[in-house]
Formats: sequence, C-alpha cells, structure tokens
Amino acid sequence: MINGNLKASYAADERVLNNTYKQTFVYGMMLALALFAGFANDYMILIACKMGILLIAVVGVNILTGYTGLVSLGHGAFVAIGAYSVTMLENGLTGIVPESLTIFVVLPLAVAITAVVGVFVGLPSLRVKGLYLAVATLAANFIVIFLIEQDAFAPWTGGVVGINTHDANILGWVLDTNREMFVLIAVVAFVSLLAAQNLIRTRVGRAFIAIRDRDYSAEILGISLLRYKLTSFALSAAYCGLAGAMFAYFYSRILPEQFELDLSLELVAALIVGGMGRTMGPVFGVMIIVMMPEVIKVFAAYFTGGDAASARYIAPLQEIAFGLLLVFFLLKEPLGINHITDRILRAANRWPFARG
Amino acid sequence: MLRIEDLHLSFGGIKALQGISFEARPGEITGVIGPNGAGKTSLFNAISGFYKPDRGRVFFDGQDITGLSPDRRAELGIARTFQNIALFRGMTVLDNIKLGGHTRLKTNVWQALRYFGAAQREELELRRDIEERVINFLEIDHIRKYPITMLPYGLQKRVELGRALAMQPKVLMLDEPVAGMNREETADMARFILDVQEQFGTTILLVEHDMHMVMDICSHIVVLNFGQQIASGTPAEVSGNQDVIEAYLGAAA
Ligand SMILES: Nc1ncnc2c1ncn2[C@@H]1O[C@H](COP(=O)(O)OP(=O)(O)O)[C@@H](O)[C@H]1O
Ligand SMILES: [Mg+2]
Repeated sequence: MINGNLKASYAADERVLNNTYKQTFVYGMMLALALFAGFANDYMILIACKMGILLIAVVGVNILTGYTGLVSLGHGAFVAIGAYSVTMLENGLTGIVPESLTIFVVLPLAVAITAVVGVFVGLPSLRVKGLYLAVATLAANFIVIFLIEQDAFAPWTGGVVGINTHDANILGWVLDTNREMFVLIAVVAFVSLLAAQNLIRTRVGRAFIAIRDRDYSAEILGISLLRYKLTSFALSAAYCGLAGAMFAYFYSRILPEQFELDLSLELVAALIVGGMGRTMGPVFGVMIIVMMPEVIKVFAAYFTGGDAASARYIAPLQEIAFGLLLVFFLLKEPLGINHITDRILRAANRWPFARG
Repeated sequence: MLRIEDLHLSFGGIKALQGISFEARPGEITGVIGPNGAGKTSLFNAISGFYKPDRGRVFFDGQDITGLSPDRRAELGIARTFQNIALFRGMTVLDNIKLGGHTRLKTNVWQALRYFGAAQREELELRRDIEERVINFLEIDHIRKYPITMLPYGLQKRVELGRALAMQPKVLMLDEPVAGMNREETADMARFILDVQEQFGTTILLVEHDMHMVMDICSHIVVLNFGQQIASGTPAEVSGNQDVIEAYLGAAA
C-alpha cells in the first residue's frame, strides 16, 4: 500500500486483490458462503437470500449513482421489470422450450429487456441532474407500477393481485427450496460484484467516474456523455433486472406493490449506508438494511416477552430505525461503512509502527 | 493542421471574439497572447467545442469541425489543458492519465465486465505505454499513486499535461501552462513543451500571459485584444508591432 511505487510488474500492480487483506477476505468469504449453504438454519438462509437479491440490485445502483454520479429514485421499477419479464416469459414459453432449458432463454431476455427500458428511463439524464433527475426516475417508477396494475394487462401481469412465479429449473435441477435458491443467488451475486469491479477498473468504468467527477473534463478526453450516461443507466437497470429475476424465482408470488418507491429508497439507502462508489459498499449496506428490521424484531420480542399486542409496534419501530440510520450516515459517515473499514485496514497495515 | 476562419463569439453584449483567423501549422508551436479578458480562453473553448461561434469555422486537418461535439473533436486528436486545472481530483495521478487513453482503447462493456482476455491485454498495454511515454517523460514516477489533492500546483499542471499527452494528440492546446509557477517550474514546463514538439511532432497551440516564454518557444504568434486579432507573425514581427506594444505591453506595464 504505502510503497506503491515499485513497478516490478504492471500486471501485479493492476490486480484487484493487490494485498493480503483483500485476498484473505475474498477467499474467506467464499469459504464462509459454502459452509453457510450447508449448515445455516432455514431462517438464516431466508435472510441471506433476501440480502443476495438486494445486493445484486444495489451493485447496479452503485454503478449509476456511486460511480457515474446520477441519482435515481426509480430503480425499484427495474427490479419489477426483471421479475415480471421472467415470470411472463416463463408462462409464454411453457410447452415451447423444454423446462430444463427455459431459464437460459428467459434470464438473458429479461435482463436485456430491463436494460433497454433503462436506456429510456435514462434519457432525462442528458438534460437534468440531481433532484430533477431523481424526480424523473421516480415518475418512471410510478408509471411502470401503474402499467403492471392495469386491468387491461392483467391477463399477463396478474394486475394488482400479483402473479404466481415459476421455480428456477437449471438443466433439470429444480430449485424449489430456499437453500437451493441460496446457492444460485450467492453465485449470481458474487459474479455480479466481480463483474462490477472489473468494469470499474477498465475504460468503461473510468469513463463513468470521469463523468461523475467533472463532466466537461470527461468530454475533453473524448468521452461521450450521451453514450456513457445511457450505458450506465442500461447496466444498472440490467443488474436490477437480474435481481428481479432472482426475486421471481425465489418467491412463489410477486405483487406490484413490492416494487414501489419503498424498494427504490431501500436500494439508495443501502448504498448510502454501505458506501457509494466503492466495491464493497453495497455488501455492507445490504447486510445492515436487511438485518436491522430482524434485530429489532428479536429485541422487541425479548422486551415484551413476545406478547401478541406488541407486534403492532414493530413495523413503525423498524421504519423509525431505518430513518435514524440514514440520518446518522448522511451526517456522520457520508462515505458509509466502507470508509470505516478503510480506516481499520489502514491502521492494521501500519501497526505496529504508527497509529492510523 | 488547425485553421480558424473569421471566428465570432459573443456572450450577450460582450464580444469575446471578433473575426479571429489564423492557422496552427503542423509540428509548430503557435502562441496566442493578449491581456486578461482578451478572449484567449474563449477561443480555446470555441476550438474544443464548448462554445458555439456566432460566425466562422474551425478546420482540423482540412475537415470542418465547427459542428462537432467536444468528445468527437477529442477523438479526432485535439487535446487540451485548462487555465484552472481540470483534473479529476479524487483520482490518483495514474488514473487521471489513464483516462487520457480513453479514445485509443476499444474495450466494450461486455469485455470490461469479464476483464480477463481483451480488456486485460488492453489495460496492461495502456499501462506500459503511459509509463514509458508519459510518466517517465514528464518525470512523475514518484507521484503516480498520489491523489491529485496531495500535489502542489506546479505538479498538478504537469499531470494535466500528462493526461493530454496520453491521448497521443495531433493538436495540443495549452491554456496558460505556467500561470502561477515560479521560475524553475516555468523553465521545466517550457522544456517539456519543447520536448513534446520535438519527440512527438505534436502541433501545439499555446495561450500564455507570460511574454518571455511565448517569445522563446513559439514560431508564430497571434495577438488578441478585446476580442480582436491585432497582429500575427513571428515573434520578432509581433514584438516590433506598434499596436501590440501599445495594447499589450502598454497594458501590462
Ligand atoms: N461563459 C461566459 N459567459 C459570459 N462571458 C464570458 C464567458 N466566458 C468568457 N466571457 C467573457 O469573454 C471575455 C473574454 O474572456 P476570456 O476568453 O476568458 O479571456 P482570456 O482568457 O484572454 O483572459 C471576457 O470579457 C469574459 O468576461
Ligand atoms: Mg484565460
């Protein structure tokens, strides 16, 4: 870290896992996930699946907001499009494509559809920024949910009452338990994260960051704002579409109300808490955002002795905690948890020579 | 290489440029001088595509580029630096300079997501090229991993030159590259600019407030005053011109 000037080999210097902490962490995580899939109880598996699905989406939001500097309050819509595309395509292809192969057609198609919609939702970003863009994307979220709920489309979307989904079937392996879905979600989330990290260290990701940091400088280097802003929207939408696809395979039924503003806000909140524009930011953020309501539930049960009447305080408590958490991070740690771990790692790196 | 024809530009009532015409000849250093507010930066902005001129044309390599966006002009081979440094302050020196390589690289989104294969080859090739042709050349090896904010002003100017060089430009436009520098830093920068011209054969357009440097290194000089082109010629011709002595040297004195 400190004597980063040795240029023994550019290849070594360009590696992602360029120190032992990062290597240990990543391989450790992989091992932990494998053990987790085998030994965790059903409740833990359920929570982990929720985290994994949300993580895939937040990694996408990070590309747009964290790296390209474009704010969106409408990414819940892309999760919806992914989830509904998968389900409707599965329905449509039943009997046409063999069941064991459907996912290989449906998943890429659903992601591609979401990416294309992402481009259209991103069009306002060519003219407006910040709050105005946030409102424009919010509007897109409303429109998508509105369309899904229309009676006219209900034969395909299920309308306001939702629609039953299919189980994922990979070459005959039917993922009909949460534990099996966890394996798929974990692999997809891991690859998603890796791909995002790859993106960021190459030409495309650098162009995103350049646009975020100083857009006229980016132009002067030959970066087309039009092309890269729309690319960023498409990519982040694609990630959310993939998350939506996992969502549809995981739950047995999907409802339009699950993809409203609440979800869009949750995605942004997870990013803020975890750390924007950092690889691990979404991971930390998603852990906190998914775990917090659960922790509150456990505490509430402990203090009230599990009496049924107290259950109605849990939901408002969870929302207050969510709000307080966001305010705390915005005010005290705007760079998120990733910034805290940075400080700890730096200190560890210097020890015992100095205090970081 | 770069030809300006009868360029007019105004901001509301302010006539920033009024009929500028000159040519930056291939491989030469052309200077643009004039007192503060003369329109030098506006001229650069019109050439790089940020300002749309009211009248007149800009030709690059014989091609009319007046209607092109800044990024298209950059792709053609026009690089520039800014009077008030426009580096990406949160990034390291190396990442800033890598961004200069953007137009030369081909990695698409799909390859970037996978990294291994085409993207990795291109990244390593870029790194090698930058190390040799920019970092060693500008003697900034020791700061390659530093964030921009940690660097003194003079070095930031040098890094911005490096980022422009990473584009391997045909035309390099420098807006006051030595403004605010001490004498030693100025001499260094002048040497780098001459080296760029010599080693890479780059056509250079230099805006500078500092008359001595311009007289020393430019083969052709254009003088602006209140948006008007009051003289153009060799350093000797320009410095003997009565209008220039009155307008520019008079104002500076
Ligand atoms: N974006 C702008 N809006 C309004 N006026 C401008 C703008 N840019 C430059 N000007 C005006 O144009 C004139 C020329 O400015 P400039 O090109 O910056 O001069 P120089 O670089 O020679 O000091 C000045 O009067 C300046 O105030
Ligand atoms: Mg100026």
